[in-house]
Amino acid sequence: MSVTREQVLTEALALVSDAKDLNELDQVRVRYLGKKGEFTQQMKALGKLDPEQRPIVGQAINHSKEQFQTALELRKSALQSEQLAQRLNQEKIDVSLPGRCQSGGGIHPVTITLRRITEIFKGVGFEVVEGPEIEDDYHNFEALNIPAHHPARAMHDTFYFDPHTVLRTHTSPVQVRVMEKGTPPLKVIAPGRVYRCDSDITHTPMFHQVEGFVVDTDVSFADLKGIVFEFLRAFFEKDIQVRFRPSYFPFTEPSAEVDIECVMCDGVGCRVCSHTGWLEVMGCGMIHPAVFKSVDIDSDQFTGLAFGMGVERLAMLRYGINDLRLFFENDLKFLEQFN
Amino acid sequence: MRFSEAWLREQVNPDLTTEALVEQLTMAGLEVDSVTPAAADFSGVVVGKVVAIEQHSNADNLKVCSVDVGGDEPLQIVCGANNVSMGMHVPTALVGAVLSGGFKIKKSKLRGELSFGMLCSEQELGTSDSAEGLMVLPQEAPVGVDVREYLALDDTLIELDLTPNRADCLSIDGVSREVALLNKMPWQPTEPSEVVVEHQQTRDITVVEPSLCSRYLGRLIKGVKVGAQTPLWMQERLRRSGHRSLGPLVDITNYILLELGQPLHAFDADKLSGQIAVRYAKKDEKIILLNDQSLTLSNDVLVIADDRGPIALAGVMGGKDSAVGVETVDIFLECAFFTPEMMMGKARDLGLHTDSSHRFERGVDPFIQRRAIERASQMIIDIAGGCAGPIVELTDETYMPKRLPVLLREERIAKVLGVAMPAAEVEDIFQRLGMVVERQDNGWAITPPGFRFDIVIEADLIEELGRVYGYNNLPQQSLLMHAQLSSAPETVLGVDRIKDLLVDRGYQEAITYSFVDEKDQQKVAPEDRVIALKNPISSELSVMRTTIWCGLLNVAHRNVSRQHSRVRLFEAGLCFKVGADAGEVAQEKMLAGLVLGSQLPEQWGESSRKIDFYDVKADLEAIFALNGIEPDFVAQEHPALHPGQTAAIKTKTGALIGWLGVLHPSLEKHYGFDSSVFLFELKQEFVLNKGVPKFTSLSKLPSVRRDLALIVDENMPVSRILAEINGFEEEAIKEVIVFDIYQGEGIEVNKKSIGLGVFIQNLTQTMTDTEIDGLMASVLDKLTLNLNAKLRD
Repeated sequence: MSVTREQVLTEALALVSDAKDLNELDQVRVRYLGKKGEFTQQMKALGKLDPEQRPIVGQAINHSKEQFQTALELRKSALQSEQLAQRLNQEKIDVSLPGRCQSGGGIHPVTITLRRITEIFKGVGFEVVEGPEIEDDYHNFEALNIPAHHPARAMHDTFYFDPHTVLRTHTSPVQVRVMEKGTPPLKVIAPGRVYRCDSDITHTPMFHQVEGFVVDTDVSFADLKGIVFEFLRAFFEKDIQVRFRPSYFPFTEPSAEVDIECVMCDGVGCRVCSHTGWLEVMGCGMIHPAVFKSVDIDSDQFTGLAFGMGVERLAMLRYGINDLRLFFENDLKFLEQFN
Repeated sequence: MRFSEAWLREQVNPDLTTEALVEQLTMAGLEVDSVTPAAADFSGVVVGKVVAIEQHSNADNLKVCSVDVGGDEPLQIVCGANNVSMGMHVPTALVGAVLSGGFKIKKSKLRGELSFGMLCSEQELGTSDSAEGLMVLPQEAPVGVDVREYLALDDTLIELDLTPNRADCLSIDGVSREVALLNKMPWQPTEPSEVVVEHQQTRDITVVEPSLCSRYLGRLIKGVKVGAQTPLWMQERLRRSGHRSLGPLVDITNYILLELGQPLHAFDADKLSGQIAVRYAKKDEKIILLNDQSLTLSNDVLVIADDRGPIALAGVMGGKDSAVGVETVDIFLECAFFTPEMMMGKARDLGLHTDSSHRFERGVDPFIQRRAIERASQMIIDIAGGCAGPIVELTDETYMPKRLPVLLREERIAKVLGVAMPAAEVEDIFQRLGMVVERQDNGWAITPPGFRFDIVIEADLIEELGRVYGYNNLPQQSLLMHAQLSSAPETVLGVDRIKDLLVDRGYQEAITYSFVDEKDQQKVAPEDRVIALKNPISSELSVMRTTIWCGLLNVAHRNVSRQHSRVRLFEAGLCFKVGADAGEVAQEKMLAGLVLGSQLPEQWGESSRKIDFYDVKADLEAIFALNGIEPDFVAQEHPALHPGQTAAIKTKTGALIGWLGVLHPSLEKHYGFDSSVFLFELKQEFVLNKGVPKFTSLSKLPSVRRDLALIVDENMPVSRILAEINGFEEEAIKEVIVFDIYQGEGIEVNKKSIGLGVFIQNLTQTMTDTEIDGLMASVLDKLTLNLNAKLRD
């Protein structure tokens, strides 16, 4: 009897370790532990033994059963791991393949530049205001202290619709429109399209400007210098040199042109800066009393600073673009470089 | 204005290098545009004298010359220039000389004749861009002397880009005055002595319009030498200022213009008849100008006239008929002050711009005319001989520019410039500027000199202070501002948000010109009334766009022709339409897009498919989802779009938001596209407004989906079916989706099958199957009744 029991166990354990998959293993389990399984049969046969023999044999059977069950569990988990490993292996993909996609799009570099400029000023509480592009002579010229036949008009090659209606030549008329309606303190930034009747390698008949101005009781040229200087450093994210040169605009006095150290050559002198080391980037000044007069602001009580910059120029310097005309050709190969 | 540095330094010579001088001018507001050498960097060229010329035996167009260069023997030099002549003095490059562009002169053999150098033109010396023949030096040019030295070519040409307010610097006198004051150096204007009056003949002059010409001086100079030559030094100075030599009389008037800033005109007195009058032109009077331009004048143009008619456009240009020439013996010299008010815009209106009109319209010193005519007379007599008559001067003080004191309040200096200046410094600066300074209680009364037309108000004085003090020496500070919290509007969606959405959906932003070709505009939007530019750059940019599509179509076409098969573009900006009221132009902010090619870029994981209407519609729906509006897409025709694939996009109240559609096949062909082009355009005002969200309580009850398969007429817009269901008074219907559209086998011709999923949910209680069935039955009834829909079998 006992030899047979041992043989059964040895055989059972061999079957467990030989089972090739979970299915086969389960068949082995049924064969030994099922209702008609060998160990179940052995237990059933106990009743036929002597009462003294029963506990001893019963214990032995239980022992065999436990050994079998342990082996069974071990094998089961080994087979499960094997199966998982196999599945994982089968499910392997090429992660280097590109993802499914819509193409990427992008914002025009002029818009990117406009956004950066307005962000910088919005951060200190400037309000963004837009104005009409078809403008009347009064707002574009007269109210800005540029009467008819003023030589300064020659600097603005103006597109006309009729003698009183023009395409705005600058964003400065927005200054007039805001001051007509609002009362100081005012701090405004006015971005937009402007137009000049000029087209060659360095001029396009349409381009973008940002006009900014502040009107308050105590705004001075020192504030103007500060704000322009801080803006240029913020825009170029660089500690660049800035200089202010006396200049002339009919709507500001004192007036200044602002030069920055050439960002292409760091001021050493190159083709871009005509070997001067300096680049003209904006015009600015203190709002002219005649402009205040035209909008009924008391120039004894209030002073104002104003500045204006060419957006394409700043974008060209920022991104190293060497041809102004590229902005309006809208070649995707150009536009996509800024995505 | 361009001038020779050497000429300037003759007037005032600060201890500054050229570089420092240029920097100083620029930083004082006289911007230096360019600095160039007066001649090329050549060497080894001396004054030579041609002492013999023989024809080259082997070449018809070459001459063999003997040239005296001051050595023991004349040099043999072969020359091809036509103007070589016996006895002429000419720049001669010796063997070993280096000419413009690094060209080295060697001993050479030309067709068998030895040549020991080269006779030079102005081009070879780099003093001119082109030359006809050899440069002829004066007979008194000393043979053998270095040409650089003789012509004083070690000089620099400085070009100023002057702002319109600084007419006072349109002369050597003016610039040197400015340089002197910047360097705190003494300065005296060029002060000629009066010439001896040798005859008493005058011309009768009348100034009919003294308000426009408040000072007019005239003088007769008789008996000038025919054939007189402009001296070399004057020719050189004129050349370095950009003027060609045109004979001594014209050269001298040009020289005075450069030196003093006063335009003068010399008439040939023998060609004048009767009285000289400064008057308005009579209507349709004619004049032929010095530049051969023939003008018919209107009666608002000021002219100088004699008894026969206009002889000059006042302050602009003289007439051809009365011009001085090589035969001129007697001259009538004019030196006047025309008011800037009279001159402004006049020359430009006539399409003219001269050195004279440029100065008069910006303002010529009104106190300089006598000085200028004396200086010119003296030079004419010195150079061309002749004897001067008395000066006839007509001045009307009523109309002479006044130089009134301008008040400067001391406290304004700090208020505007941000720094208080010591009174002594203020006074010093104004005195150096040639102004009369009078101390007053709270500031000063300051009277500007005659040559400053730009000092009229206090701000003008403050600007001068800042300028001379130096902008870069003025303080700089961070702006202190009255700060107000700005609102954070939730009802306005920035256009940037919509741009970003389109970018995320694969669109590229374009920026095209706001003016377009009228022909394109006409094709794309024939019904819009356009506004046209009076002076367009070209016909391609002649009218204002009424739709952004014109620009986008051109951009798309250009990109397709550059091998882009997929194009997804948008642009935001103004469009311009003439409104119902004549003269009123609506400037409306629009947002437009253009898409062509495949829906997705070619890739391994998705099959390639052409873009269709619903792809682009989804992009628009995404925009509308940003602000929660649900517009209607209504089939409607648009002249630029395919009649069967076009939707007018409208608000619930019927206002037009914009259009979506496929470019009309005939336009597709016109532009040369080879696949469908999808276009949309929206009025920004409708997509930038947004409601503030309002909370409603959440239902805890489950929702039930019931599907409906309907058969309807094939032309029935799905939107009508959805509107019927959504308009159902029963609030339990939460959402309807379209999950299938089918036409074909099993469906009657001219009909279509629509699969709808209806989601039902009651807020307060769970609905029973019976209730739901009842609801669906009434929905179906309504659809059958109103839209003739049937349930699909």
